[in-house]
Amino acid sequence: MWRWLHPYAKPEATYRLVDRLLPWFAALTIISLAVGMIWGLAFAPADYQQGDSYRIIYIHVPSAIFSMGAYFGMAVMGAIALIWQIKTAEWSIPAIAPVGAAMTAIALFTGAIWGKPMWGTWWVWDARLTSELILLFLYVGVMALYYAFDDQRTGAKAAAILAMVGVVNLPIIHYSVEWWNTLHQGATITKFERPSIATSMLWPLLISLLGFMLLTATLVMMRFKNELLRHELHRPWAQKVLGTAQEAD
Amino acid sequence: MSSSVNSTALWRSVLVRDLRIAARRRSDALNPLLFLLMVVTLFPLGVGPGPDILARIAPGIIWVAALLATLLGLDRLFKDDYNDGSLEQLCLLSQPLAFTLTAKVAAHWLLSGLPLVILSPVLALLLNLPLDAWWALALTLLLGTPALSALGAIGAALTLQLQRGGTLISLILLPLFIPLLIFATSAVENAGMGLAVHGQLAILAAISVLTVTLAPLAMAAAVRMSMN
Repeated sequence: MWRWLHPYAKPEATYRLVDRLLPWFAALTIISLAVGMIWGLAFAPADYQQGDSYRIIYIHVPSAIFSMGAYFGMAVMGAIALIWQIKTAEWSIPAIAPVGAAMTAIALFTGAIWGKPMWGTWWVWDARLTSELILLFLYVGVMALYYAFDDQRTGAKAAAILAMVGVVNLPIIHYSVEWWNTLHQGATITKFERPSIATSMLWPLLISLLGFMLLTATLVMMRFKNELLRHELHRPWAQKVLGTAQEAD
Repeated sequence: MSSSVNSTALWRSVLVRDLRIAARRRSDALNPLLFLLMVVTLFPLGVGPGPDILARIAPGIIWVAALLATLLGLDRLFKDDYNDGSLEQLCLLSQPLAFTLTAKVAAHWLLSGLPLVILSPVLALLLNLPLDAWWALALTLLLGTPALSALGAIGAALTLQLQRGGTLISLILLPLFIPLLIFATSAVENAGMGLAVHGQLAILAAISVLTVTLAPLAMAAAVRMSMN
């Protein structure tokens, strides 16, 4: 059943697949982000309570969701690396971690900007804010551990274990607004009932979500390509890729 | 089969061995506790000796000091056994490594967590914590410190190969400690105001049970990773 995945344990095959998919992902990212941002920031109706300042939701919510999504992806890759000992999965960890950390930083930063007009303060020690900050620290820890070892494979395995341990934080972040009735408003769309947002505001948000998902994927793929080449520098295929790239310049 | 008997016997012998080593090198076990006392002493000097302020920030101070003191001893948890090769022997045995390692975690808790609980009345007295809140403090320490030891052991196992893993341990562990800190201090604060604390204590106990059962798997994986 999973037989078709087997060739991708080979770095060369993975590189070719990522190389083929990357332009499509990049193009779709640009389109969906442009549509989502322009629709959301310029054309969606203003909120009856929060006015125009609610519009930062079109950056804040997608980046927050994919800060968690990227972490989950990293932990899954860590599990694959540990269970099936697949090298390419190990190399995806340093590709994902900085992108996820950047998403977390964006979520925290936009949250602070949103918090100032709404709550009157940049930062409160609220459960969701705190757990998102912990997520940032977890990313930093994973990266620090990955680069701390002389032996890259040991570092990758250590980072994989830490990534899997840190996964317990994700449900805490997600349910923090329900468990603790705090300043942060409740979930708007990631729940099973009807979304508590008007359709005219929901559509640009969904498109922004798609855009941020594709953006995360594109950035990870770009970094992953570099990681593959860096680890396989001594192999003929990597030298060939780099050699032709130099000639093309 | 005798192996099931053996694994509990092995567990006990590892525990006794670790405690005996600690008894022969008392300063290793005592230094973190002295460090904790000194950190707690620094706060009244730093924020001023007003009893009201001290009583309000006491749970936070004591718990933060407990986290830092736990980190101090962790560097040594597996290191000596790793250097002299006995940890490698534990890996080679047919008894499950994850189970054997819990003996070392238990020894670490007996030497770092339990003394904290015993010391807590003194700390409460130093920081002018009322008696109602002291009970809650002792209970949170009793329920929370096993999780600290178990999570700490993961950090110690992950950084086993590194020469100077001390700062890295703190960097990767403190984020994982934060939930414990939040629930413990809110329990003590509630107790100080005469509110119910069962909810927070139950969550602390749940976190401890979860980490003590699941962390050994991560520990064993990390120790095996460090062996090659």
